[in-house]
Amino acid sequence: MSELTLTVMRLGFLAVLWLFVIVAVQVIRSDLFGTRVTQRGSRRGDTGRQQRAAQQAAAPQQQPRQQSGGRRAERGRRGAPTKLVVSEGSLTGTTVALQGQTISLGRAHDSTIVLDDDYASSRHARIYPDRDGQWIVEDLGSTNGTYLDRTRLTTPTPIPLGAPIRIGKTVIELRK
Amino acid sequence: MSATSPLPNATATTTISTVGLPSRRNTELALLVFAVLIPCFAYANVGLAMDGAMPSGMLGYSLGLGLMAGVAHLVVRKFARYADPLLLPLATLLNGLGLVLIWRLDQSPRLIQRAKSAFGSFQPDAPKQLLFTAVGIALFIGVLMLLKDHRILQRYTYISMAVALFLLVVPMFFPAVNGAKIWISIPGLGTIQPGEFAKIVIAVFFSGYLMVKRDALALASRRFMGMYLPRGRDLGPILAVWAMSILILVFETDLGTSLLFFGLFVVMLYVATERTSWIFFGLLMSAVGAVGVATFESHVQKRVNAWLDPFACYKTDPSGACQQIGDAVMSFGSGGTLGSGLGQGNSDLIGFAANADFILSTVGEELGLAGMMALLLLYGLIVERGVRTALAARDPFGKLLAVGLSGAFALQVFVVAGGVMGLIPLTGMTMPFLAAGGSSIIANWALIGILIRISDTARRPAPSPASSPDAEMTQVVRP
Repeated sequence: MSELTLTVMRLGFLAVLWLFVIVAVQVIRSDLFGTRVTQRGSRRGDTGRQQRAAQQAAAPQQQPRQQSGGRRAERGRRGAPTKLVVSEGSLTGTTVALQGQTISLGRAHDSTIVLDDDYASSRHARIYPDRDGQWIVEDLGSTNGTYLDRTRLTTPTPIPLGAPIRIGKTVIELRK
Repeated sequence: MSATSPLPNATATTTISTVGLPSRRNTELALLVFAVLIPCFAYANVGLAMDGAMPSGMLGYSLGLGLMAGVAHLVVRKFARYADPLLLPLATLLNGLGLVLIWRLDQSPRLIQRAKSAFGSFQPDAPKQLLFTAVGIALFIGVLMLLKDHRILQRYTYISMAVALFLLVVPMFFPAVNGAKIWISIPGLGTIQPGEFAKIVIAVFFSGYLMVKRDALALASRRFMGMYLPRGRDLGPILAVWAMSILILVFETDLGTSLLFFGLFVVMLYVATERTSWIFFGLLMSAVGAVGVATFESHVQKRVNAWLDPFACYKTDPSGACQQIGDAVMSFGSGGTLGSGLGQGNSDLIGFAANADFILSTVGEELGLAGMMALLLLYGLIVERGVRTALAARDPFGKLLAVGLSGAFALQVFVVAGGVMGLIPLTGMTMPFLAAGGSSIIANWALIGILIRISDTARRPAPSPASSPDAEMTQVVRP
C-alpha cells in the first residue's frame, strides 16, 4: 500500500471517529426533556397536517374551499406575519414561528409560551389564525386582562402587524 | 430582524413547544449503522496496512457485527420502545473497535512467535471474542425480554448480597493466575472472572439497601467543622464494606476489584444521602487501606513500585512482566497526536496481555491522542447516558441502580485507563467492551441491557390520567 493511501485512511478514520462522537452529542442535545426547541420550518408539514385535519373535522361540507384556504394561510400571504416575538418581560427574545397552530399563553406548564409573570393567569390568552389566515388574539377570561395597544380585549380581535399585545409585564408582537 | 429588539438573542427564530418525547428508535438505527461501519473501516484499514490487501475475513466480521447489532436493535424496538437512543450504538461501536484491535494483534508476527515459544501453539483471540460478543448480545436480549420492569430486582436485595459475596469470595479457592486470584476455572469450559458479574449484582444490592436506609444515613448526623459526621451505628455498613474490600485485596491480591467494590459503595452512598462527608471518609479509608496493604503484600508492592518508576524495571527485572507499564507509556509516546495508523504501531512489543489489559496502548499508539480522546469520550457518553437515565427515572430504586451501574462502569474505565497510562498502580481489570475477555464482554452487555430497561421506563410518556366522573366522590373521610 502506498504511504499516501495509508495516511489518508489514518486521518480519515480519526475524522470518522470524531464525527460519531459529535453526532452522538447532537443527539443528546436534541434529546433534552421538557420543552423542545425546533428550528423554524422543520415542523411545517406536521402542523399543516394537523390544521388540515382540524379544518376537515370542523367544516366537512366546505372541504375543497377550506383546504385551499388552509394551504394559502400556511404558505403565508404577502405581508402576513411569520413569527411571534416576545419584546418585553422575562421571556424577552423568545420567538415562535407562526405556522397555523394555535398559540396558548399563560402560566400553565402546557402553554406554548409559559409566562412567568405574577399578573398572568394560568390560561390567559390564545392566538390563532382564522379561516383567512388572519391572526386573532382572544382573552380566555383572565383576571388582569389582555391589552392590544392600549385597549383591553373583550372579544377576539385581529392583530395588526407589529401591534403590542400586553399581558402583565410581558409584551408580544407579530412580525414578518 | 428588527434593530429595536433589546437583546441579541431576539434574532434566533425558534419554536418552543412541549411535545411528548418521541421514541427515537430511528435515530438509534441511524447511529447503529454508523457504529457498525466505523469498525468495518478500521478492519479494512488494518488489512491494507499489514498485508496490502483487504482482509479475507472482513465480510464475516462485518456481517456478524451488523447482524448482531440489527437483532439487538429490533429487540429494543419491540421490548423497550422509549429507551435511550445512544446506549446501544455506543456499546456496539466500542465492541466493534475492540474486535478489530484484537484481530490486529492476532496478526502480529511477534505475538504469534511469542505464543508459539511459550505454549507451543498460537490461537487467535478474535474469533473467540466474536463468539463472546454473540453470547453477550444474547444475554442483553434476554435481559430486555425477561426483565419487564427493573423494580422486580428490588425484591432480590439480600439475595443479591449473598450472590455478590459468593462471587467475590469464590476465586480465593482457585489458584492464582499471574499473581491475582480473580478467576474461576471450570474444566472444559475455560475460566470465568466472577468479579465482572459481581459488579452488577452488587449495584442491585446497594440500591435496594440504600433506598431503605438513606434517610437514617442522611438525617441522623452531627455537624462538626462544617461536615456531617454520621452516627457510629450508621458507620457499620461502610466499615463492613471497607473490611470486605480489604479482605479481597489481601486474599485475592487484586487492587482493581476491591477499588471497584468500595468505590461503588461510596458513590452510591453519596448519591443516596447527598452528604459530601461520605466521599471524604471513603477517600480516607481507601487511602489507609491501600497504603496499609501495599506495605506488606508483595504482589501489590510490585505493582506500586512499577507505577512509581516504570523504567526502573528495565534494569532490575529485564525478563519479567514488570516492564509492561514502561512499554505502554512508550507506545503512548510514540503514537503522538495523530497516531501511527491502524496496524502500523509496535504496541505488540508489550507481549503479555497486549490485547487484554493493555489494549488501550494499541489505541494510544495507532490512533494517537486524537483517537484516544474520542474513545474515552465514547465511554464518557455511556456513563453520561446512565446518569441521565438516573435523573429521569421516577422511582428511587431505579435512580440508584442506574447511578450504580454507570458508576461501576466509570470506575472500571478509570481504573484500567489510569493503570495503563501510569496514573494509578496497574490492576488486573479489563477495559469494558474493548479488551479480550469473555466474562467482561458478557457482563457489560447485561449491564447495558439493564440500563436500557431503566431508561425505557424512565422515558416512557406518562399515561394520561383517566378522567373518571366519580373521582371527586371517592375521597377518604376520616372521623
